[in-house]
Amino acid sequence: MADPSATPDFFLRTLLASPSLHGASIGDRIYRVTTTAFALSIPLLLVLLAIEVMVAAWPALRQFHFGFVTSTEWNVVDGVFGAAPAIYGTIVSSVLALLIATPLAIGVAIFLAEFAPPWLRQPVAFLVDLLAAIPSVVYGLWGVFVLVPFLREKLMPFIADRLHLGDTPLFSGPAYGPSMLAAGLILAIMVLPYISSVTREVLMAVPRSQREAALALGATRWEMIWGAVLPYASSGVMGGIILGLGRALGETMAVTMVIGNRHEISASLFSPGYTMASQIANEFAEATNDLHLSALMAVGAVLLFITLLVNMLARWLVWRVQRQERA
Amino acid sequence: MATTEPRVLTTVSGVASAGDAPPARPMVAVRSLDAYFGANRAVKDVSLEFPEGQVTAIIGPSGCGKSTLLRCINRMHETVSLARVEGEVFLDGRDIYARDVNPIEVRKQIGMVFQRPTPFPTMSIRDNVIAGFRAAGRGAPSRAEQFEIAEWALQRAALWDEVKDRLHESALALSGGQQQRLCIARALATRPRVLLLDEPTASLDPISTQKVEELVYELRGDITIVIVTHNMQQAARVSDHTAFMLLGDLVEMAPTSRMFTSPGDERTEAYITGRFG
Amino acid sequence: MSARAPRRSVRVRRARSAVMVGLTVAAAVLATLPLIFILALLIKQGASSLNWAFFTGMPKPVGETGGGMANAMAGTAMLIGIAAAIGLPVGIGAGLYLAEHRNGRLAWVVRFLSDVLNGLPSIVVGIFAWQFLVRPVKQFSALAGGIALAVMMIPLVTRATEEMIKLVPDSLREAALALGYPRWRTSLTVVLRTALPGIVTGALVAIARIAGETAPLLFTAFGNQFWSTSLTQPISALPLQIFSYAISPYEEWHSLAWAGALVLLALVLVISLIARFVTRSRFGHGHD
Repeated sequence: MADPSATPDFFLRTLLASPSLHGASIGDRIYRVTTTAFALSIPLLLVLLAIEVMVAAWPALRQFHFGFVTSTEWNVVDGVFGAAPAIYGTIVSSVLALLIATPLAIGVAIFLAEFAPPWLRQPVAFLVDLLAAIPSVVYGLWGVFVLVPFLREKLMPFIADRLHLGDTPLFSGPAYGPSMLAAGLILAIMVLPYISSVTREVLMAVPRSQREAALALGATRWEMIWGAVLPYASSGVMGGIILGLGRALGETMAVTMVIGNRHEISASLFSPGYTMASQIANEFAEATNDLHLSALMAVGAVLLFITLLVNMLARWLVWRVQRQERA
Repeated sequence: MATTEPRVLTTVSGVASAGDAPPARPMVAVRSLDAYFGANRAVKDVSLEFPEGQVTAIIGPSGCGKSTLLRCINRMHETVSLARVEGEVFLDGRDIYARDVNPIEVRKQIGMVFQRPTPFPTMSIRDNVIAGFRAAGRGAPSRAEQFEIAEWALQRAALWDEVKDRLHESALALSGGQQQRLCIARALATRPRVLLLDEPTASLDPISTQKVEELVYELRGDITIVIVTHNMQQAARVSDHTAFMLLGDLVEMAPTSRMFTSPGDERTEAYITGRFG
Repeated sequence: MSARAPRRSVRVRRARSAVMVGLTVAAAVLATLPLIFILALLIKQGASSLNWAFFTGMPKPVGETGGGMANAMAGTAMLIGIAAAIGLPVGIGAGLYLAEHRNGRLAWVVRFLSDVLNGLPSIVVGIFAWQFLVRPVKQFSALAGGIALAVMMIPLVTRATEEMIKLVPDSLREAALALGYPRWRTSLTVVLRTALPGIVTGALVAIARIAGETAPLLFTAFGNQFWSTSLTQPISALPLQIFSYAISPYEEWHSLAWAGALVLLALVLVISLIARFVTRSRFGHGHD
């Protein structure tokens, strides 16, 4: 260009045009309406979901009232439906999973947050997170062909005969393989990464001063964690556990494939059982009469209600920790 | 158009010469302006005028409302939630807070540069400069014209020589001072009538600061500049007029040379002599 | 202060500490073992039944050897496509809303309910989609399956978008507004564009998550032994096919299930790895 500082032609050309201050912003209005509509779609979706499930569940709930959750009879031919075994199975398998997974998950989280050398931290954390990436049906496949035979041939005989626990109610009965124990074990593996990643985040958020104060008082490393770090992080850890519980309660495929699908309440972990999710998955496609379908929908409604409560509790705990951090 | 005219003003040395500047008509006039954040009144009944083609500095301790006042001039204040403005601001005689005025059109005619450099990280250096035309709609210059304008704006921002060989690179590759001059070029490219600078050197090193100050000095005459600064030496170096604010009030406004030699208000004197928390 | 404490007690405390540290190491080993077992077995069992025909062939009737899952893979791709076509715009739009109305009352409600939706069991989403989309028309369909997956995807994309947009400095938004950009243009061409790599990562993570979902598809997409790309017909999907083969009594089908599981896991892992890669190059120098 000849004279780099010369005013560009464009400005000379438009010099006389007096700029206007007016004009509409239709684009902004469209944008605001659109994003608001998308945001509103989430509450609407949830309400729609709850209504659809409740409407479909209504005939069964109206017929059986509270008996639906307390009765153990589930008879398609006679049209009598009580979901107590599935509710029982859901709770027992989930609690069993938490009992196994929680100490492990907290152990892993403490290891990663406190002890692991930096070079090991990333890979181990990655592997544990990977557990959450494996699809449920793949866990189920592994459960059917590896875990269940292992339980039937090795672990169950070992517990019953070698440890002589076969006469206790918890481990009585024949070792079929598919069982509450199998469901609890597979759920434990599946919820472990959720609990461990929340716990790790909470532990890392504990201020340095908290640790240093404990160490300065002469605490060993474990005493520091037990006495100073864990209490500080406890409600966040609790949130993580309950989040894991939410996952376990609703887990479907893997459980369906290993729990044995029997509509019965049994104290023994060796005997087959049912969960709400696996009962729906297992019977829904075959349900031909309306009341049976409605009863399965009602099982879904109960599951929905329980997981809503559990999730709200978990969110509330995690939010409380976050607020505490900000304060 | 005026870039090639000889400068009326004296050089950038030491004390400002602006006290002798010829009287000019106001390009921006503020009339009894109140600005709120929720219930908090950040600017209290301020009235003042910014003369055309001259540099006006607004100084005052932090939290005095000087940035808020600046952001009322291009209707940026109201973009913050709970923020509210009462009063009038005239741009070249037209009230920009009038009912039928579109704030977007106001902002197109008033350039603004912020405390920290804000290049758009996903755009190249050249696309950053001409980013303002993306919103121009009808009447925008052609692509070729935009490239010409980009060079012109970069020249005026004294950045052309440093970036002419890498116009396609990311703007993030530039240093902080270069980024800030890029933002000035971006503001100049649409040829606004007013340029608002909100502590433009607060995050820069001394050498970059000096370059930006020289730039501000160079631009006077063409464009009306309002600069907010907490640095009194800077105000003294670059401005023709200085306004002093305290706790949301405009304490006084005067030609810069008079402001720093014989301020009219004892609070101003206390502030500029450093006897102030 | 511990200098005068009895030596034995210090030694006991040290020992206890060492034991507990050892236990956390054991926990880490124990937690990663199942993963390694599963992966090793999957590769061993899956690779032996993987061949070209698996990718190109169709399921064969019981008793005939061979056969593949071409229809299931196409079905999974299609279901992901439908879910993304619905879930991404809604999720990104809602995420934009949440990021721009940080303290609004509606934003608070939406944020909370989005977390609640995210925590819902996938089987419940499945029966909802059946009741809402399948029952009225008495027809299982790919569309119903895709919508069920979209319901699972929306909360994930919403929160990922919100988090990523929050990372974009407010000063950038202000700079665009000050240039005279309307809000919509500021949001889309500056804020969203800057947050895009992070949002792409979030979207990929969401896709990886729904790609392996089975429960929402059981009563919606339903499964299909034949090739189908129709929106209104039942469609097969990898997880569905793995499930039905795994619970079948036939040996050949079991090995196909393993092969399918290996392919499904590889798909999920590749998507997750791409997601990581995109984030890593987030602040790379973009050329326009």
